[in-house]
Amino acid sequence: MQQVFKLPDCIKKDAKFTFCPGCDHGVALRLLGDAIDECGVREDTIAALCVGCSVFLYDFYDIDCLECPHGRATAEATGIKRARPDKFVFTYQGDGDFAAIGFAESIYTATRGEKVTSICINNTTYGMTGGQMGPTTLLGQVTTTTPFGRSAELNGYPMKIAEHIALCDGTAFSARVSLDSVANIIKAKQAIKKACEVQIKGLGFGFVEILSSCPTNWKMTPQEAHRHIREKMIPVFPLGVFKDVTKG
Amino acid sequence: MAKTLISGNKAIAQAAFDAGCDCYFSYPITPQTAIGEYLSEIMPKANRGYVCAESEIASINMVIGAASTGEKAMTSSSSCAISLMQEGLSYAVGDQLPLVLISVMRAGPGLGYIYPSQCDYDQAVTGGGNGDYRIPVLAPSTVQECVDLTHRAFYLSQKYRNPVIVLSDGLLGQMMEPAEFVKYPYPEIDTSKWALTGAKGRAPRKIRSLEINEEKHNQNLQHIFDKYAQMEREEVLFEEHNVEDAEVLLVAFGTMGRNIKAAMNLARQKGLKVGTFRPITLFPFPNKRLSEIADKTKKIIVAEMNMGQMIKDVKVAVNGKADVVHIGRPAGAWLDETEILEAVEKELGGKYAASI
Amino acid sequence: MAYIVLDTKKCKSCYLCLDACPKGLIKKSSETGMTGNFVVEFDDKNGECLGCKCCALTCPDLAITEVYK
Repeated sequence: MQQVFKLPDCIKKDAKFTFCPGCDHGVALRLLGDAIDECGVREDTIAALCVGCSVFLYDFYDIDCLECPHGRATAEATGIKRARPDKFVFTYQGDGDFAAIGFAESIYTATRGEKVTSICINNTTYGMTGGQMGPTTLLGQVTTTTPFGRSAELNGYPMKIAEHIALCDGTAFSARVSLDSVANIIKAKQAIKKACEVQIKGLGFGFVEILSSCPTNWKMTPQEAHRHIREKMIPVFPLGVFKDVTKG
Repeated sequence: MAKTLISGNKAIAQAAFDAGCDCYFSYPITPQTAIGEYLSEIMPKANRGYVCAESEIASINMVIGAASTGEKAMTSSSSCAISLMQEGLSYAVGDQLPLVLISVMRAGPGLGYIYPSQCDYDQAVTGGGNGDYRIPVLAPSTVQECVDLTHRAFYLSQKYRNPVIVLSDGLLGQMMEPAEFVKYPYPEIDTSKWALTGAKGRAPRKIRSLEINEEKHNQNLQHIFDKYAQMEREEVLFEEHNVEDAEVLLVAFGTMGRNIKAAMNLARQKGLKVGTFRPITLFPFPNKRLSEIADKTKKIIVAEMNMGQMIKDVKVAVNGKADVVHIGRPAGAWLDETEILEAVEKELGGKYAASI
Repeated sequence: MAYIVLDTKKCKSCYLCLDACPKGLIKKSSETGMTGNFVVEFDDKNGECLGCKCCALTCPDLAITEVYK
């Protein structure tokens, strides 16, 4: 009999996530914790965190954390890494944080090829403020600021974050994964670990966009939310690895 | 030590390097771009951090990131671009992080002209970011002081774990003067008790401006205000001349501090009892000394390259004990010594009319 | 015989693990948890658990803390 699953050492032993029931943030945090553990860098890790549900990471992780202004985590991660190139530096952000208010910082951090890792939770809404339209909100999706559904004419189109990041020459790895099923969770774990490894190997910017549920603001059960990811989100945001410099 | 003929901007850059600045991040804007150009050459050669950032929003946040690791970090910018940094400055205060910001003022609101000006006194001293906070502001008036005060800015920022601003202007930044680059006696401050370096063999650290626990949040804010009180006790700097018998006191900061001295010399040649007072720290402001002077000197002229910003602090300091008037320009030019002398003569009016 | 360790104090009753278990060994219990809803229980009287970790991988709240196989 051997132990085949344990919680990551990165996460505090007494941690109790404060996310809503069924929210995939918890899965993403666990996978990231596993990746950091497996890379053996927990004690050399510094996280840059902004604003939104993602910021709660600092309450749950046993690592050094810096709170940043909304959207600026990748700029602050750049500063941390330039000051201490020997440290493992990552940001954990929502789609609004990474790709709306902070997109300039994000895309330039990738373009410069900063040796940092960014994880972006794409749940097509601003979760913490109660479900407003974000950069990735689907066409037709009802939010508190698109009461008639997102219209392309009025609100423009959802942003394809991982594809944008993959276009940057400084990006070493960019992928989009999903947490809607066990099979996809396993693939997500592999991608997150890869995004960490490219930093450690000094290859460039590592990025993973994670399609993630927000049952509360989507007004769905956790099960319906995962079905929504499969049926509505993945057709718009295809899963896959868009750039991987370790593969020829 | 030999003196070097150098511009104010380059002097600041060299002084920052000498002070051990480990990371410099900035975005170009006239009239301070020479600082970044200078450092872009010497920082990478010395294996120190340099990034020409995509914006001033990014550069101030890169500086915050570097500062969080306990390393000395700096950015420089001007006027409208410093407006972009106000969010970051407010966070740096809340996060209690040491960093140095060099502000080389442009002239006027909006884009602002690149003429020299002092129109960003309020921006630097009272701040534009959210929250109830202060930032120490050091205002050089010579290229040598650009060197001295840049060293001091790094020391103060680390001592108090707070941003510090060196407030220069387009004239001082681009003017060349001889300056000496010497070793300064400031002690190295230990940052190992709070810096983010990875939680190896110690409890993890969280640097943040918001504590969800209300009591802890209030304690943090109180601690920030205790630091300001200490700065007011320990860090006030000013320069004064001929104040003992002065009937008129000329008050100015930075570049205008030179011109009031020239005006005083002209006035003294004419037998007019004029003194000068130049705050070097704009926060903490030299309230106590100005108040003492105002016990005897009843006419104070504040000369600024703006339409009246520091005058508010002078009025608070003298608290009605003296008449305080302002002379200034809206933007883009200084007042020379003859213009200042005219103002002095106007103030002294009837009494000296015959002798002039 | 494989088994899981379940910490129901962390269970928020999202029931994602019910669908994840290929053997249907996780069920709603009759005890309520932190959200006021019934928490889950691991019911493997016949020793069917495969130790596949699917439940643990799916749980967003660290409530499945260990899996042995």
